Amino acid sequence: MTALLEVEDLRVAYGKIEAVKGISFSVEAGEAVTLIGTNGAGKTTTLRTLSGLLKPLAGKITFDGEPLNGVPAHKIVERGLAHSPEGRRLFPRLTIAENLQLGAFLRKDTAGIDADIKRVYDLFPILGERSKQASGTLSGGEQQMLAMGRALMSRPKLLMLDEPSMGLSPIMMQKIMETIRELRSQGTTILLVEQNAQAALSLADQGHVMEIGRIVLSGSGASLLHDESVRKAYLGED
Amino acid sequence: MSELPQQLANGLILGAMYGLIAIGYTMVYGIVQLINFAHGEIFMVGGFGALSVFLALPAGTSLALALPIMLLGGITVSVLVGIAAERFAYRPLRGAPRLAPLITAIGLSIALQQAVWKWYPDGKQARVFPQFKGHSFDILGATVQRGDIFVLIAAPACMIALGFFVAKTRSGRAMQATAQDPDTAKLMGINTDRIIVLAFAIGAAFAGVAAVAYGLRTGEVQFRMGFIMGLKAFTAAVLGGIGNIYGAMLGGVVLGIAEALATAYIEEIPGMEQFGGGAWKDVWAFVLLILVLLLRPQGLLGERVADRA
Ligand SMILES: Nc1ncnc2c1ncn2[C@@H]1O[C@H](COP(=O)(O)OP(=O)(O)OP(=O)(O)O)[C@@H](O)[C@H]1O
Ligand SMILES: [Mg+2]
Repeated sequence: MTALLEVEDLRVAYGKIEAVKGISFSVEAGEAVTLIGTNGAGKTTTLRTLSGLLKPLAGKITFDGEPLNGVPAHKIVERGLAHSPEGRRLFPRLTIAENLQLGAFLRKDTAGIDADIKRVYDLFPILGERSKQASGTLSGGEQQMLAMGRALMSRPKLLMLDEPSMGLSPIMMQKIMETIRELRSQGTTILLVEQNAQAALSLADQGHVMEIGRIVLSGSGASLLHDESVRKAYLGED
Repeated sequence: MSELPQQLANGLILGAMYGLIAIGYTMVYGIVQLINFAHGEIFMVGGFGALSVFLALPAGTSLALALPIMLLGGITVSVLVGIAAERFAYRPLRGAPRLAPLITAIGLSIALQQAVWKWYPDGKQARVFPQFKGHSFDILGATVQRGDIFVLIAAPACMIALGFFVAKTRSGRAMQATAQDPDTAKLMGINTDRIIVLAFAIGAAFAGVAAVAYGLRTGEVQFRMGFIMGLKAFTAAVLGGIGNIYGAMLGGVVLGIAEALATAYIEEIPGMEQFGGGAWKDVWAFVLLILVLLLRPQGLLGERVADRA
């Protein structure tokens, strides 16, 4: 049996600087997997490569049984891989509703799209109340909700989230983490990149710790949460 | 000395042409942050495209009948050249330092001018463009030639169609998304290469319409006509706020009217006698540009840079 996403010996470089130096991991359908690590470890680079925005130097990416190497970014969404990028990256001059519509750009089932927009509004009622507001004027937390909702609009097989808690208040962060947990329990497969190791590991089935372009430690979320070196390096304990 | 309504009408007609051409600069810039300095020549070849269609029609065909086909011919030639420029000149340079596409654009301009000069029959001289015969119209105290009615109808029609396209269609929405954040647009499943081609094509089509208007107004087309018209239209695009389609048209009209008024009235200001007349009109156009850039750098309708993705 093969995993939904299989990454083998992936290497990615910016010019001469190698940011990802040969990493391998996989994500099983229905699972939540997290990549944690310090600033500049290569987490964002990994996600951007998986969604086709960056071309790998070497390595193999298999998604849903098909190779992703050489597939352009706009075709990768079509295969069921959605990416909520670091920094949210909403379309600032478009409204909430328009951003969500764009998340469903490749879908043709108008009724299904409307139903899914309603689902996002149920998940985040504030978005429904503000649906005609330009997304650039939303608060950070609201923007993050919208970014997540937009990524869900493609009905992905795998949802990749890059630092959804970045810049949020503790309450907002809790809300976002709860939502991820909820999505996961509804069967959405998730690949989560986080600085907040505690929160990420406590909801993930599998975790991988990245350091300067390499995976240095892997294990179940629970085991990493209790690993001494992880606790020291990422959970601020000594 | 002419009267005010006449000057306003002249300015409006000229400005509508600038505005139509300016759309091409502004759309391409809005999406790929590239100034397509060959756009003036894309306008110019449209004029020759329309003329060629007219010459191919049986002698004696009335201009009113020929005009729709000429328009189609002009648009087609402009669009084909515009798409080819994107595909073969600009796309290979995407991601290169900004100077590279700029130099390419200048090279392309010269190449297109020289191609018409060398290979278009009698292209070394101005070629006569067909004219509407018959009396002119009197509108609100201004005399408007028959041929000028064309741009007065075509410019607003084009703007309404473009506004609808951008705001209401799927491709238009994709275009807005690509302009605001191209990488994220790809993540939505938008083929941004296609959107870039579309922006070049729409801009070229508008330039083709402007070229027909230019031919009808001036009675000729010639290989150099894209230079000053392109420069003015670029000025209009910056004036209106580059990246904003309505700004481009507004900038065109403001520029056209300012030019007409300066030409007619500057010489009446005591001490300014020697700066009046047509010889100085280009200077006033650029003075206006500099003033706007000093007082409102983002242009009349431009967003502040911080709002741009
Ligand atoms: N566009 C770029 N050009 C050159 N180097 C880059 C670029 N983007 C990232 N890098 C470098 O690649 C390395 C990995 O960056 P990446 O953004 O993947 O880290 P990250 O793990 O996501 O970090 P953070 O947690 O801070 O978001 C860093 O050293 C970074 O400086
Ligand atoms: Mg990152």
